[in-house]
Amino acid sequence: MTTKKKTKKRSSELTKEESMPKELVIEPVTRIEGHGKVTIFLDQNNEVKDARFAVTQFRGFERFVEGRPFTEMPSIVERICGICPVSHSLAASKACDAILGVRIPNPAIKIRRLLNCGEFIQSHALSFFHLSSPDLLLGFDSNPAERNIVGVIKANPEIAKSGIRLRQIGGHIVEWLGKKRVHPAWVVPGGVNEPLSVEHRDMMLKEIPEALEIIQKTLRFFKGIIEDFRNEIRTFGNFPSMFLGLVDANGNWEITDGYLRFIDSRGHIVADMVEPSRYKEFIGEAVEEFSYLKSPYYKPLGYPKGMYRVGPLARLNVCNGFSTPLANREWAEFRDLERGPVLSSFYNHYARLIEILAVIELEEQLLNDPEILDPHIRAHASVNELEGVGCVEAPRGTLFHHYRVSKEGLMQWANMIVATGNNNLAINQSVLQVAQHYVKGDEITEPMINRIEAVIRAYDPCLSCSTHALGKMPLQITLKDCAGRIIKEVVRT
Amino acid sequence: MMIAKKISQIQTLIIDGKEVGGRSDETILQVARENDIFIPTLCHLDGLSEYGGCRLCIVHVKGLPRLVPSCTTLVREGMEVTTNSEDIIEYRKGILSLLFAERNHVCSVCVSNGHCELQWLALKLGITHVEFPYIYPKMPVDATHDRFIADHNRCVLCGRCVRVCHEVEGAHTKDVMGRGITSRVITDLMNNWGESNTCTGCGKCVHVCPTGALSEKGKSVAEMEKRRQFLPYLKRMRERS
Repeated sequence: MTTKKKTKKRSSELTKEESMPKELVIEPVTRIEGHGKVTIFLDQNNEVKDARFAVTQFRGFERFVEGRPFTEMPSIVERICGICPVSHSLAASKACDAILGVRIPNPAIKIRRLLNCGEFIQSHALSFFHLSSPDLLLGFDSNPAERNIVGVIKANPEIAKSGIRLRQIGGHIVEWLGKKRVHPAWVVPGGVNEPLSVEHRDMMLKEIPEALEIIQKTLRFFKGIIEDFRNEIRTFGNFPSMFLGLVDANGNWEITDGYLRFIDSRGHIVADMVEPSRYKEFIGEAVEEFSYLKSPYYKPLGYPKGMYRVGPLARLNVCNGFSTPLANREWAEFRDLERGPVLSSFYNHYARLIEILAVIELEEQLLNDPEILDPHIRAHASVNELEGVGCVEAPRGTLFHHYRVSKEGLMQWANMIVATGNNNLAINQSVLQVAQHYVKGDEITEPMINRIEAVIRAYDPCLSCSTHALGKMPLQITLKDCAGRIIKEVVRT
Repeated sequence: MMIAKKISQIQTLIIDGKEVGGRSDETILQVARENDIFIPTLCHLDGLSEYGGCRLCIVHVKGLPRLVPSCTTLVREGMEVTTNSEDIIEYRKGILSLLFAERNHVCSVCVSNGHCELQWLALKLGITHVEFPYIYPKMPVDATHDRFIADHNRCVLCGRCVRVCHEVEGAHTKDVMGRGITSRVITDLMNNWGESNTCTGCGKCVHVCPTGALSEKGKSVAEMEKRRQFLPYLKRMRERS
């Protein structure tokens, strides 16, 4: 760690006005998908006044898809991300189904659900084992050089190995269906382009007992250590907010098809069984100058009061339960943590593990359904509607794709609200909460940096397609005075 | 008498050090392929007239001051041809690189990904990157036809669609306008495809197109497989009748 003074002017020489508010900047944030930057504003008493989490990359997908045939959309939007391409292709294909104006065949619905199971297993395993377990197993204050997946392999080889294996099992589902583990061109408007073979069905079934064993063992382990994180649970995004998630027709947990449900911070349902195509009636999008990521909010409450959270924690909070027995039992125990909805974002890790268990159970149900092998997997049509909305639960939360096309089928306009976008306001709020708790004066301390990063990681944000699983990116924190001059800079390499 | 005439037209030549024989109305490319000697092509297609436009099939003929396209050069007695020297391969890579730089070829999201001749040739010739700066032109997509899409971003101006439409279908709906890199394949007198009076909707142009420039509507990424086997057969049947 190096410390250097950037300005020639000493702080004693500054006028009173100049020395008042200060900024602390943490950039880049490591072990998340993409590039983020944190700025902390201090007031004249060196108390934290505000904190902002900004996404500094502009990617422009919504703009550059304009003019392309809509049939290419599932594959184009997959390139948004290397971790959750499947979620984007599913949301896109559902928007395209709406443009075709078709109801896709039942086997196609089921086989797409199966694909989403694979996506959830591999992405949640990545988040928990590769990205977050270094904090959880080695401690937030352990040596940063060791605090990565390699450190986990040294400290607890069994956890590390089973995490890698679980991710592989999820990856197999995607690969055996779509022929490619990343960016498969298999989900198409109207369904999918190849049925599941008996051979691959059997190979998937064979891996289920091992996957179940790994996740149940990990859940037991995590429940055993969760008490050690009392402070983090109390301060990591622990505040009242609304929650949004998909539920099925019975109000149960759902990730691929279903209806929107919003609940308030006390657990009351405020909007239920909302067709995702009506999302615009409920969700507004605000733009802030400091970030390329928009800030969606619950429209009836306005901006920024309508802050809501999505993701594993939100899904477990909004649903009435799970339709699979093992996950339902875990869910009941989870919801016992608090009277109303579980509020601390730290519990996202816990919720993620329960969801892995649920999708493995769901995968088994789907694979044992003979219809999963049915070759009737695609509906064909030309453009029948000029507008379509597709919505799925991505591992990180609710994902919306909304397209408008010309009558020839060329894209005219697109709007995508991604999970991390939905969580934007909540992430900002969480960073502020952690900063208020851990930032003392204008000093930049190691525990503070670690926890600010960790609270962001609890949301498993996906800021772009890049992955930094080893956390080797340099971390830069800058302290600025009100005139924007850097008075202190800390660089961690 | 006829047989004697044909025998007298047999020419012997050397291609890449190998002694080969061919009829005098055959091109170097044909004779090379009959003898399993690889020469890359893009605008050539069995069943269509030779055009000599893409220059990928250039070869060196001993005694000639410049490289010649093997698809339009007839074999002659005693020729010595080199098809794959280092220089020639570099020229071919340059030609392909220019094609990539000239339009917007994004394989990963193309309907023809995995079934594209341009992509296959780039892999075959070992092109790992393009040294020329990309032009990124703003090219239109014509989706006005009920069944087909023309995406000029992916067109390499090989002229196969133009020739098949004129020579085999007899419609001559497609042609090329402009010069140099501003050239573009057009429909009729630069009308939208969907409004063409001459297009019979046969789809031959789509299937002879080497890239994803012409495709069937509704195909998703990597789904557009082209069927070209019909062409030499069609031609033979026409010649017989």
